[in-house]
Amino acid sequence: MSQTRFAFTTRRTALALAVFSAVLGTAAQAETTDTLKKIKDSGTITLGVRESSGALAYTLGNGKYVGFHTEMAERVAQDIRKKLGMSSITVKYQPVTSQNRIPLVQNGTVDLECGSTTNNRAREKDVAFAVTTYVEEVRIAVKANSGINSIKDLAGKTVATTTGTTSVQTLRKHERATGLDFKELYGKDHADSFLLLESGRADAFVMDGQILAGNISKSKNPKDFKIVGEVLSVEPIACMLRKDDPAFKTAVDDSIKAMMKNGELAKLYDKWFMQPIPPANVAVGLPMSQATKEAWAHPNDKPMEDYAAKK
Amino acid sequence: MQGCFGSNGDITYLDWLLSAWGWTLSVSFCALAVALIVGALMGILRTVPHKGLVFLGNAWTELFRNIPLLVQIFLWYHVVPALVPPLREVPSFVLVVLGLGFFTSARVAEQVRAGIQSLPKGQRYAGLALGLTLPQTYRYVLLPMAMRIVIPPLTSESMNIIKNSSVAFAVSIAEMTMFAMQAQEETSRGIEIYLAVTGLYFVSAFAVNRVALVIEKKLRVPGMVGAH
Repeated sequence: MSQTRFAFTTRRTALALAVFSAVLGTAAQAETTDTLKKIKDSGTITLGVRESSGALAYTLGNGKYVGFHTEMAERVAQDIRKKLGMSSITVKYQPVTSQNRIPLVQNGTVDLECGSTTNNRAREKDVAFAVTTYVEEVRIAVKANSGINSIKDLAGKTVATTTGTTSVQTLRKHERATGLDFKELYGKDHADSFLLLESGRADAFVMDGQILAGNISKSKNPKDFKIVGEVLSVEPIACMLRKDDPAFKTAVDDSIKAMMKNGELAKLYDKWFMQPIPPANVAVGLPMSQATKEAWAHPNDKPMEDYAAKK
Repeated sequence: MQGCFGSNGDITYLDWLLSAWGWTLSVSFCALAVALIVGALMGILRTVPHKGLVFLGNAWTELFRNIPLLVQIFLWYHVVPALVPPLREVPSFVLVVLGLGFFTSARVAEQVRAGIQSLPKGQRYAGLALGLTLPQTYRYVLLPMAMRIVIPPLTSESMNIIKNSSVAFAVSIAEMTMFAMQAQEETSRGIEIYLAVTGLYFVSAFAVNRVALVIEKKLRVPGMVGAH
């Protein structure tokens, strides 16, 4: 809308329009993005980080963000600094949630989001993904003495999962496809869902393998629980960045691929998934899955749908 | 896709949204019934001459008024059943209706008490002097006036219950907040989904507001306290 047309509208209309376009603005990103130039000019890169995405990305409080993907993103930032010939770079941390992460990447608040974001076709319409760095497997946790050993044993049982996760969708698809009948319970967060399993309200907790492993390792008696049965779905997790910025994507991908090659990423994996980690100094104890190894051996940015088709 | 609604067992997001709206309204109206009945009772108890009953009413009000709603729901769902095993079999719908209903009943009790106490003391004495028993005085003299006075604040509580019903998602009720969180994760269309859900919350609460306004007008008695 031109400046002159604005002059005819009343101030209130202009304000309403401003609010409205701010809401819808994320959908209409007109200018082409050049993140590398932005980083060089401002001397700053903003990383999107998560507060509780298991060992992948979490906070220790006081604005400190750690985890496998968070540390990897910090290294990517340093590689970009070198590539751009900058002497120093300020790394800013912007906590994001499942609800706001895509808009924040689109509108430029966050340059690179490395947390627990699944690369899928729907999201590819809005954002781009770096090469897959972690392949999440949705699995089933049960009480060790429950006698449940596979998805078939869930018939007639109560299954917990967490609201706002893709596991809910996975569960629903499975229920419809297999005709298996079970009752679903939804925790409002992972801690709640695990409590449902712990307190016996639910017989199983279906969730990302690393979240299950993390919750079990932190529970009062880790031996009381086990992860059983087949993998329900496979989801490639990757760093998220703005769409249509091939130079930035190449820079990020190159940095990650180099870390995959020289063993640095494997060291990071060992540090965050096999060794004791703060704040409780308990190890998650989740060895690298075959699917993750595969993704590192052949770096790619395929969405989740391509993984499903392979099965 | 053929239409907006699924067929043969398929569910579209619109189907799901409408079902979620249904859950929101069911939780809200059941909790509202609990809140009005228990709240009115507790409010009345707080104004009677019997010290023990006044204490009961006050204790009830302060207990449910001073604990955050989400904490109460958590207590009802996770803590109380751990102490009282039979409660484990109670459906979470019932627990959340009781939780939300009792929380709101404390607020209703406060308003009903204020409504009764706003009446001139002479009315109570007049009723008793006529030979009415205390319950009869309440039934025929005090409550008909007090309840009319408290309709506007009760309207606010009724609207609040619709908005507060969003906590039900914490105990596995598939209501609108849960729908919004889940559907936006699956579709990555958070803005559109939250706009739709916001609209439905607005429509629901506003409808309650309009209905209450009609009730208020119908019940208005010219010349009485609170009537214009």
